[in-house]
Amino acid sequence: MTPKRKKKLWILGLMLAGVSVTVGLTLFALSSNINLFFTPTQIQAGEAPENRQIRAGGMVVEGSVKRDPDSLRVRFAVTDSNAQVWINYDKILPDLFREGQGIVAVGELNADRELIASEVLAKHDENYMPPEVAEALEAAGKLPSGSQESSEATEATY
Amino acid sequence: MDILYLPELGHFALILALVMASVQAIFPLAGSLTRQPLWLAYAQPAAWAQFVFLGISFLLLASSFLLDDFSVVYVANNSNSALPWFYKLSAVWGAHEGSLLLWLLLLAGWTFAVSLSKGLPADVLGRALSVLGFVSVGMLLFVILTSNPFDRYLPRIPTDGADLNPLLQDPGLAFHPPLLYMGYVGFAVTFAFALAALWSGKLDTAWARWSRPWTSVAWAFLTAGIALGSWWAYYELGWGGWWFWDPVENASLLPWLLGTALMHSLAVTEKRGLFKSWTLLLAIATFSTSLLGFFLVRSGVLNSVHAFANDPDRGLFLLLLLGLTIGLSLLIYALRVPNLKAKAAYSLLSRDVFLLANNVLLVVATLTVLLGTIYPLLMDALNQGKISVGPPYFNALFVPQMLLLGIFMGLGPLSDWKSMQWSKLKRKIWLAGLLSLLLGFAILPWIYDGSWSLAVALGLTLFLWIATTSIRDIWEASRGKKGWKGISRSRWGMMGGHLGAALIVLGVTMVSNYGEERDVRMAVGEPVSVKGYEFTLVSLGQRQGPNFTADTAVVEMRSDEGKLLKTFTPEKRLYQVRGMPMTQVSIDWGPLRDVYVAMGESLDDQAYAMRIHYKPFVRWIWWGGFIAAFSALLAVTDRRYRIRVPETAPAEAGTSRQQG
Amino acid sequence: MKRFLLFLPLIIFIILGVFLYKGLSLDPAARDSALLGKPLPEFTLPRLDNPELQVTRDDLLGEVFLLNIWGSWCPTCYEEHDDIQRLAAAGIPVIGLNYKDERDKAFTYLQEQGNPYQLNLFEPEGVRALAFDLGVYGAPETFLVDQEGIVRYHLAGEITPELVNQVILPEVEKWQDAY
Repeated sequence: MTPKRKKKLWILGLMLAGVSVTVGLTLFALSSNINLFFTPTQIQAGEAPENRQIRAGGMVVEGSVKRDPDSLRVRFAVTDSNAQVWINYDKILPDLFREGQGIVAVGELNADRELIASEVLAKHDENYMPPEVAEALEAAGKLPSGSQESSEATEATY
Repeated sequence: MDILYLPELGHFALILALVMASVQAIFPLAGSLTRQPLWLAYAQPAAWAQFVFLGISFLLLASSFLLDDFSVVYVANNSNSALPWFYKLSAVWGAHEGSLLLWLLLLAGWTFAVSLSKGLPADVLGRALSVLGFVSVGMLLFVILTSNPFDRYLPRIPTDGADLNPLLQDPGLAFHPPLLYMGYVGFAVTFAFALAALWSGKLDTAWARWSRPWTSVAWAFLTAGIALGSWWAYYELGWGGWWFWDPVENASLLPWLLGTALMHSLAVTEKRGLFKSWTLLLAIATFSTSLLGFFLVRSGVLNSVHAFANDPDRGLFLLLLLGLTIGLSLLIYALRVPNLKAKAAYSLLSRDVFLLANNVLLVVATLTVLLGTIYPLLMDALNQGKISVGPPYFNALFVPQMLLLGIFMGLGPLSDWKSMQWSKLKRKIWLAGLLSLLLGFAILPWIYDGSWSLAVALGLTLFLWIATTSIRDIWEASRGKKGWKGISRSRWGMMGGHLGAALIVLGVTMVSNYGEERDVRMAVGEPVSVKGYEFTLVSLGQRQGPNFTADTAVVEMRSDEGKLLKTFTPEKRLYQVRGMPMTQVSIDWGPLRDVYVAMGESLDDQAYAMRIHYKPFVRWIWWGGFIAAFSALLAVTDRRYRIRVPETAPAEAGTSRQQG
Repeated sequence: MKRFLLFLPLIIFIILGVFLYKGLSLDPAARDSALLGKPLPEFTLPRLDNPELQVTRDDLLGEVFLLNIWGSWCPTCYEEHDDIQRLAAAGIPVIGLNYKDERDKAFTYLQEQGNPYQLNLFEPEGVRALAFDLGVYGAPETFLVDQEGIVRYHLAGEITPELVNQVILPEVEKWQDAY
């Protein structure tokens, strides 16, 4: 084997090793970090895994939001009008969080099938609502003057 | 009546620009096919005319904004008579249609600059302009057919506009898109040079020399644009983060990563005549990812909090455009790239190989980010359900990749082209290596925090390693005959770029490991302690702004001894025209740490949920970015790029041409 | 072999392109109503301004019209009112359906905001008629119905100026020209 060939073999070998390590790590990282979405019905039926990060979403059930008076801990239920799931959270809820609104929570299910959320995102579908929600919002003094458009956050950034 | 017809004139100017772009695209192509050199020359005046017409069109749109002409749909949707004039101007590129016009104007500007560049052979210039013309034609068609900013509301004209999105009413964001677009579009020039080279079959190293300054300038703008965007997100979104791995951010990162690889591989190709076909591919790929990002963001295929409104027609048009541009150029590449056998030899221990490693790592990083970004789309298309890929995926892969890259960043500048002895390399790096290991790995983490963790130790070591090797390199350069004055600007540029990267590493390491983010319930008068500071909510209030109402708070920060350090006045605003809540953060900033207070939600009359963040060294991330951007511009002003006649280029390039 | 390698980037891009194309049609925002292409349900409802007068499906047919579900309680309805007025001014008949509201409040709303509606139907709480059959549970909501009484377009949420120009007006024209 000429030195030149030997060198080429080295480079090729190193590259191959690098590529396979990278591909392996990538697949591993992907498989352990994708968050599947589950509806409350699926969660109640036991289709969602425990102790693994998932996303759950639905409408916040009216009157279900319970706050701890001394901290930010909050507990509320979301429903897909078929089943409901309790969500526990201890950070600041998003600006658009309201009863009767759609939200998506990221977190893990505990043994009681309650979601311990690490993140709660409000869906920005706020300009369509049933009268009960409008009433509740008005009573709470939180009725926005109209549509919410925060989905356009940085629309000009590309 | 003059006001009334301005938008029509703008629309007309846009159509004339399309005509000019078509001339610029088609004449050189026809000329080179029929061997009529004169036709190649038509590209130049056509490019100038296109620039002028786009400029007119842009100015007319801007004047519609300034004159509050709400009969123009785009103005009505993105402006309001109460908006200050400078935001009326920046609202021109505040949404889809106008930002496209800006994109086109910048492309025409770059094209104009290329058409003026001296020292380019006429046939290369003609062909490069032709490629740029085709890109412009495609985008102009897209604008005119699907996204015309001059569309009108007739006959019923709104009395006032829907206002500019409050998030965009900010000086940081006024400049962010132009900078970013300058970067994206700038890579079109390198792309055009690469295709012109493939087209003419003249694959000598000359095209690499022409491409280098253009690539660096585009890279500088893109870097500054990304840094500005990150800074804006930090203080304007109120979450305290500086990078979210959001699809829109990733879309800007893809061309940045490939552009970085391209800058380095162009250096190898120019100096050593190596990796020619690889560099050509990178040049095509860099601009392609710019376009891909454009598509991902504007077609609505990805779920992002930042995405534009969905419109399937636009998406299909863009995909077609994307397919034609990227597909054709990759096809030309595959057909025209000769089977180049590298003639120059290089040993394993050489700058050539270190730069190759840099390229491989950056390309792998690009693929990692791309995969994570489009994985939800892939899974959805394969009926595998709706998923999202979280930041942990990106962090788990991207961080180690950058760590490896950092090692080569230190080795590159200190190594020789072609080959070098291990003993020589060792002599150059041992001090830097020892210093960074000793200080960064062992000592500094203890000094700063009194404890040690692997992440911090690795980060600080890397920071010191990149910084000390850069300094060592510039010190070595200063020992030449002319001393410090003899150091070329491109060498300063390289050092600055690497130092900038080192500062980013430092900032990221510190803020990710020592940063503290606390969401707390704050009641008036009850102190809360975060990171050794004591925060007290003094009062809550309300105020009426010009176009918003706000909850206000006064928060005092005191040291352990009770000394008042800072009074924060954050706000939670509700913008009335759009009914949109906004968080106005209050920051006590400094080189060593930021303290960041933002209002979350009202809990009761006397309590508010607050975010209190302690962010050590966070500013270094953006400073590093701006330093790197500035350094890239500095490198471009090097005198060897200003020398018009290639024959008088520095000896280095001359010898490599013989070798290559 | 080497030649093949050169085609690899192109092949990868084509595969990516296929996925992107599929992604376009997977657009999460394109939630088609189950009613599209189906006839507007039969109904009998009183007019808002005169409880004595009953309106049925057949009374509305004959030209392309918009059916807008609204209520004085609905905040977004105030927002979109200007756009409805613009649509009405453009000569498009807009039929209102006052949903889960009270007559007095609805009158006040129309007095204060203006009345762009050609005709208003009244479906208060407890009545299960047109809105119920359309699957409405909130407001605002808008349907485009063609001459034959077929639902051609559906929107749950706010009518925006962009939607008027880019979607609703073209749709109206399209169905006006269809027969």
